[in-house]
Amino acid sequence: MKFLDEYRDPIAADKLLRLIDQKTTRSWTIMEICGGQSHTIIKYGIDELLPPQISLVHGPGCPVCVTPVEQIDKAVRMASQPDVIFCSFGDMLRVPGRQGDLLSAKAGGGDVRIVYSPLDCLRVATENPQRTVVFFAVGFETTAPANAMAVWQAKRRGITNFAVLVSHVLVPPAMQALLSNPNHRIQGFLAAGHVCTVMGYDEYEPLAEQFRVPIVVTGFEPLDMLEGFYRCVSMLEEGRYGVENAYTRVVRREGNPQARALLEEVFEVTDYKWRGIGVIPQSGYRLRPEYAGFDAELRFPGEAVEKLGQAPCSYAKSSQNTDVRSEPVPFFHSLGAESGADDADSTLCISGQILQGLKKPPECAAFRTSCTPERPLGATMVSSEGACAAYYHFGRLQAASAANDFPAPVEGTHRG
Amino acid sequence: MADLESRNCPIPRVQYEHVLMGHGSGGKMTADLIRQTFLPLLADETLARLEDQATLTLSPSGDSPVRLALTTDSFVVQPIFFPGGDIGQLAVHGTVNDLAVGGARPLYLAAAFILEEGLPLADLQKIVASMRLACEEAGVRLVTADTKVVDRGKGDKIFITTTGVGIVPSNCRLSIQAARPGDRILVSGTVGDHGIAIMSVREGIEFETILESDTAPLVDLAQSLLAACPDIRCMRDPTRGGLSSALHELADGSRVGIRLVEAAIPLRDEVRAACEMLGLDPLYVASEGKLIAVVPSEDAERALAALRAHPLGRNAAIIGDVVAEHPGMVTICPPLGGERIVTMLAGEQLPRIC
Amino acid sequence: MCLGIPGKIIKIYREHDLLMGKIDFGGIVKQACLETLPELVIGDYVLIHVGFALAKLDEAEAQQIFSFLEAMNDLAELQPLPNEDANGGD
Repeated sequence: MKFLDEYRDPIAADKLLRLIDQKTTRSWTIMEICGGQSHTIIKYGIDELLPPQISLVHGPGCPVCVTPVEQIDKAVRMASQPDVIFCSFGDMLRVPGRQGDLLSAKAGGGDVRIVYSPLDCLRVATENPQRTVVFFAVGFETTAPANAMAVWQAKRRGITNFAVLVSHVLVPPAMQALLSNPNHRIQGFLAAGHVCTVMGYDEYEPLAEQFRVPIVVTGFEPLDMLEGFYRCVSMLEEGRYGVENAYTRVVRREGNPQARALLEEVFEVTDYKWRGIGVIPQSGYRLRPEYAGFDAELRFPGEAVEKLGQAPCSYAKSSQNTDVRSEPVPFFHSLGAESGADDADSTLCISGQILQGLKKPPECAAFRTSCTPERPLGATMVSSEGACAAYYHFGRLQAASAANDFPAPVEGTHRG
Repeated sequence: MADLESRNCPIPRVQYEHVLMGHGSGGKMTADLIRQTFLPLLADETLARLEDQATLTLSPSGDSPVRLALTTDSFVVQPIFFPGGDIGQLAVHGTVNDLAVGGARPLYLAAAFILEEGLPLADLQKIVASMRLACEEAGVRLVTADTKVVDRGKGDKIFITTTGVGIVPSNCRLSIQAARPGDRILVSGTVGDHGIAIMSVREGIEFETILESDTAPLVDLAQSLLAACPDIRCMRDPTRGGLSSALHELADGSRVGIRLVEAAIPLRDEVRAACEMLGLDPLYVASEGKLIAVVPSEDAERALAALRAHPLGRNAAIIGDVVAEHPGMVTICPPLGGERIVTMLAGEQLPRIC
Repeated sequence: MCLGIPGKIIKIYREHDLLMGKIDFGGIVKQACLETLPELVIGDYVLIHVGFALAKLDEAEAQQIFSFLEAMNDLAELQPLPNEDANGGD
């Protein structure tokens, strides 16, 4: 496949790895933001291939990790209504809420359907005029334009039996929040390349300036990731900070202006609660009043919608806190009443600290014991791209191999 | 209504009160359902071996023992007519193949039909005609059958269960418990064709492609392989759950590790493209006309040649090894190097956006 | 949130007054909404996410990394990696 296969070339990858190796003289902690990038890292074993001094922290970049449990609960409730056809991307169907997940709702008789594109929902709506199609509009800025288009089209075409349950999150405020914690350990970022195709990367420049970190806009194929790491390490080694674009084949500084205009038209920015993290100000989208008619939460009100203002982040307070502690500041308190966070997740869970790079999964008391992929306690183990799940699976291999004395020559492996 | 189930994002809970679609995926949930519900309650040692078919020795007095292979399978595919085949063909091939990979020569089939009220008779006729052709092609006779009808809404157009019997040669010792470290793993051709062909016509994710299901009878191919490699350890057909499920069963059955080489796994361009677009991993996508074979390493090249000489095995390849490390686990070596675990699918794979 | 892949536009049309395209991903074809990129023409490669075109692929920029690696080749021999010796691996 053109523009895909070339970026998986092992010879080019090998060259980049050597370059990274030559550049790296010290330890660095780098975070990749997007779940898709975490997926590539795990799939291609990039974390194994990078020099050991480079420590990776998997960012809060996947729908599982960030969708507030309240939204899942609302989705499950709506999906269980007999006059609703609930449409969703596949990723969301197994995310656990407090009353189960969407697949359980389906088992219970709900009409839950997977769609590839939000625009498909409009067809479902016109084919089923007696029922309401509710679409679970989740994602980062990458997915927001498609979701916005569905709403905009519905309004234009007068499709009234269509509504969206919005759960959109924005990347730069999350990075701001992460970086504002004086105890964070992340020294460089690989920014989410596809988010930047829409939004551009001018939003990251003030962040890079304020916190003096390198931020490299990075793609998703192995060569893209390696180039991202190479540029980030180069900047770190040379003491430079700022934003660089390593995904120039699709990212322009201004992004996609028409898509941004569409977002402006349909959505407005709001405070938002991230699962396992807490409320981050101005980090989510909601529908503008002109599109309120398509808001599923208004069409299907359930228990009172939690006012985000009731669980304010203590970010403002913590930044004045000069007492440097090794414990996480309350803003990133893993979970508990104080942050107003999810009852569904356990108080043993330290996913907040994992996401900041303060702790690694093996340092968690629950890791592998009470918390496993089959019985996850928190967001970072629930998702296969979460740091804890990734460590769990990789670690099992190391432990299992160490237990055997056999050498392992296998034809076709290039290294290790 | 079309339906698939979650991949590994995220992993489901262990305790279930109801049957979910994931229990039918061929992944971990299916394995758990079998181990926790069916095996303990049915308590049969042959059943407990979980081979694709049961090999039974009948010893009529005075005559030499006969080894009978018996297997059964149900077919619930939607849509019932798909690119490259239909549910009828699948019902014949699926059962015939389960016998064939056990080394048996399939002889007879029984079929049970559950028809939903309202199914057009023309569709039924097409499906049954299809089965007749498939039987002829596979060299089996469909000798007994049953039909039931259920109310509209209580069955998805048509469900077919086929049961097959065959004879296993006395010297044939194929088993999922037979793999040994040092053995090599072969696949008879491109994987994932069937699963992606089905997806291409599934509502919500449909797309245009020339790709067709690879559904085919494997009797002849399996027999050629056996003739060339009498010491073959085991054969499986990677249907639901794909290569991953079949290899996990093998790793588990033989208590060995399996190490695959990603670049060696044959894939059609269309399957690759569809998997990229939908975010699927071809390791978990079903094939219906392919087999996996585990052979002693000294026989690997001969086995490969035998497969490639056959029309159904032209794209055969050696895709990995049986190893002593990490028993019960399947790993894969990605093209850039290193090794990672192939996680056991929990439910079935779902398209993803992340 | 980020699964986007490149495909080639083989047809452009309007449906319900939205600019749409048929995209060839190298063996499979799927429609996508091109509304935010009206300047696209048949033959262009475009990044598609959830049936929506996000950006046109710039073929010249796509070569950058390969030109860079070529240049590095010319500069100096890349040193071998620390664990690359007789064993060829772990």
